[in-house]
Amino acid sequence: MSIGHTLLGLLESGPRHGYDLKRAFDERFGHDRPLAYGQVYSTMARLLKNGLVEVDGIEPGGGPERKRYAITDAGVTDVESWLAQPEKPEPYLQTTLYTKVVLALLTGRPAADLLDSQRAEHLRLMRELTRRKSGGDLADQLICDHALFHLEADLRWLELTAARLDQLAAEVTR
Amino acid sequence: MTAAPEPLLVATDLRKAYGPTPALDGAELTVRAGEVVAVMGPSGSGKSTLLHCLAGIVTPDSGDVRYRGQQMSLMSDGERSALRRTDFGFVFQFGQLVPELTCLENVAMPLRLAGRRRKDAEALAATWLERLEVTDLAGKRPGEVSGGQGQRVAVARALVGAPRVVFADEPTGALDSLNGERVMRLLTDAAHDTGAAVVLVTHEPRVAAYSDREIVVRDGKSRDMERAA
Ligand SMILES: Nc1ncnc2c1ncn2[C@@H]1O[C@H](COP(=O)(O)OP(=O)(O)OP(=O)(O)O)[C@@H](O)[C@H]1O
Ligand SMILES: [Mg+2]
Repeated sequence: MSIGHTLLGLLESGPRHGYDLKRAFDERFGHDRPLAYGQVYSTMARLLKNGLVEVDGIEPGGGPERKRYAITDAGVTDVESWLAQPEKPEPYLQTTLYTKVVLALLTGRPAADLLDSQRAEHLRLMRELTRRKSGGDLADQLICDHALFHLEADLRWLELTAARLDQLAAEVTR
Repeated sequence: MTAAPEPLLVATDLRKAYGPTPALDGAELTVRAGEVVAVMGPSGSGKSTLLHCLAGIVTPDSGDVRYRGQQMSLMSDGERSALRRTDFGFVFQFGQLVPELTCLENVAMPLRLAGRRRKDAEALAATWLERLEVTDLAGKRPGEVSGGQGQRVAVARALVGAPRVVFADEPTGALDSLNGERVMRLLTDAAHDTGAAVVLVTHEPRVAAYSDREIVVRDGKSRDMERAA
């Protein structure tokens, strides 16, 4: 995720202090990974240098947390073009799971067990997210659903690979 | 930690063949009170056959199903069907509601079969329709409601008789993901509230994620995935 663009976007609704920005970010997007203060200030320093934000006021006392930032016109344009630009879909072509399965087959280890324990691990996380979703608001539900659909895709792949394991074994050890 | 409750249902070494290829080839499964067990596995692997054996609908060629310590194969047909009425609830993928009856009458039916008076049965059925958020369907017939609505009526019908076990075979199979999840949430919440166990056959991982644990059936054999981890 582009933290610079996200912080810029949050500034569009009005000027904020660094700590206020961090809080707004964590509330909406931080979920499992809150932003470090250092990251906020280094990002703001970069945006400032590039003219995408300006300092709107400084409270007496000095120190980075006293600065209030406002987005500039260039900043607004930058957010707009970021939103308009589609994200590059993840190609998923280099996967650890596939590599592990092939290596297990090549070395004569039980690949089926590997697939099964991975499957159990995936389903465990899916259960946890499902529980969290049940107790959460719509934002929580959507963010958990995003993860759940991806985990489901992995799990389906694990299933398909388990069903074709004999065939794959014959091919990789040929 | 309290001790694990006594298992409600224990199936051991189930075998069942229709013709030359076995549908079940040594499957086993234990269900404890109040838990939700997902049964997954490829098409044709024996999931529905396993569920039917557990529910006493199909008699296995060999192996043993015990319900609360009682061996089901030693019961008479009459005893088994009485058990299905009093202790079990069922939800299938579709086609389980009686088309000539209204949704309210469908939900009341298990109670009527158990000998409850119409007025009582329908009053209780109405509370279940409300609980599944389909009160407004009470007077409609199954042909006049959507798939998702019909499944919620079916869940109400499965739970109205306070069963100890609900057997659900692809209950969300005909629904889109949003409706499927609503049905799962209503089903598992209601089961948790009433203490019913659920045996849930599904091939959708997101549906299985509503379970407490998972069994995978492959070629008629079951694998307890908690032991795989
Ligand atoms: N009544 C029956 N008569 C003959 N064969 C049957 C019968 N019921 C099941 N089978 C066979 O037994 C095997 C297991 O079937 P079962 O319906 O249990 O599979 P399943 O795992 O539920 O599949 P699906 O995911 O497609 O519902 C299959 O090969 C099926 O063709
Ligand atoms: Mg089936």
